[in-house]
Amino acid sequence: MADRKIRVLIAKPGLDGHDRGAKVIARALRDAGMEVIYTGLRQTPEYITEAALQEDVDVVGLSILSGAHMALVPRVMELLADRELSNVRVILGGIIPDEDVPTLLELGVSGVFGPGTSTEDIIAHIHQVVEIA
Amino acid sequence: MDEISLAQRVLAGERRALARTISLVENGGQPATEALATLYPHSGNAHRVGVTGPPGSGKSTVVNALAAAARQRDLTIGIVAVDPTSPFTGGAILGDRIRMQDLAGDPGVFIRSMASRGSLGGLARATSDVVEVLDAGGFDMVLIETVGAGQSEVDIAKTAHTTIVIEAPGLGDDIQAIKAGILEIADVLVINKADHPFADNTFRALRAMLDMNSGRPAYTGHHGPQAASSDGQEERATTPAEPDWKVPVLKTIATEGDGIEALLDTVQQHQTYQIEAGTLAARERARVASDLETRLREVLLEQLIERIGPEAFGETIEEVLARRLDPHTAVADLIQKVGPLAGG
Repeated sequence: MADRKIRVLIAKPGLDGHDRGAKVIARALRDAGMEVIYTGLRQTPEYITEAALQEDVDVVGLSILSGAHMALVPRVMELLADRELSNVRVILGGIIPDEDVPTLLELGVSGVFGPGTSTEDIIAHIHQVVEIA
Repeated sequence: MDEISLAQRVLAGERRALARTISLVENGGQPATEALATLYPHSGNAHRVGVTGPPGSGKSTVVNALAAAARQRDLTIGIVAVDPTSPFTGGAILGDRIRMQDLAGDPGVFIRSMASRGSLGGLARATSDVVEVLDAGGFDMVLIETVGAGQSEVDIAKTAHTTIVIEAPGLGDDIQAIKAGILEIADVLVINKADHPFADNTFRALRAMLDMNSGRPAYTGHHGPQAASSDGQEERATTPAEPDWKVPVLKTIATEGDGIEALLDTVQQHQTYQIEAGTLAARERARVASDLETRLREVLLEQLIERIGPEAFGETIEEVLARRLDPHTAVADLIQKVGPLAGG
């Protein structure tokens, strides 16, 4: 299956309107040869999960700058599990305080990337956690 | 999950299985062949509507509004939205869902974004297969949104039963309107952003262009000359003319939903017309013929290059590069070397 591409959904849950970071990541992943589904601002966890299902993605990237990550991320993880999408890797970017990171990783988030992370690190992380059959 | 059971779960209406099967079909190879073999007998019920037009004309917004209107008429809707793959990195940003938020959470709608993966006709190579999967999945109508099309991305006319071409005001003069290309494949022409000051000019230019010919012309695909040759196979790979279908020009403001009900009415009228005039069956025949030709060409090319051998093929490339051989003669020589294609 030579045509297999890594598919990534980039979503912004919550109410903040700052999508520059999400767009930079989307662009970097595209340049790394991935197919990036960009869904835009103010997505509910329900919409994100449904889009991840329809698009059959390998990775969901959430960008949250509002501080609501401890409410939004558990909800997304729960909905993914409910829909038997536990194989989908979840990465998180934005403003995430260090003390929240262990809890988020325990919830099953595969990587947390704060400001200043190089896009190469994110790409390397995705290649590491997504097994291509 | 083996492929057969996955495909059977598509027939049972399971969305996760549908999504997985679309990926299989998109990635090609044996799993795709097996999944399609199971699903194909169950497809053929959906009305397939293509939506094409230049970048920024509002294709995604029209698709969003059209799907929402169709849901009000109790039609279930599958959507395939194609965006371009970067020719440099092989990656893609698929952004059509951004304009389709109104449809989120509706179990009667399934949206799939697709990267064009190197195809140049406005669709991906596997788009028609993905449409078959959605069709078999039981959707009443499948909307196919092409990449932002210029003047020659006309593959959609072969895949869709009804092709909607969307134009936005102010993109070109009336000579653009009489050039060959995507305007000719329209079964329905839409001027979106009709509140734009130039909308009436665009309307008049397109109306005048359409009045020069009556009805939708026959579409001969990429290999028109051969298809129309005197070998008695004129119907091959040619969509039928629909002389009694006068291509309507509609105005919409898709962001407001204005004109969308009329557009949906028109699509359904075209569907009825096609069934009554028998052109739907003719289009399907043309589509199947064209599809088989494309697949045969791909397989034959693969086998042919294998038979020529990478070494001989490489040598020929060098010869042509050095201009000791021209490409026409090179092809003739290669074919001569491998001999007749039939048999061992």
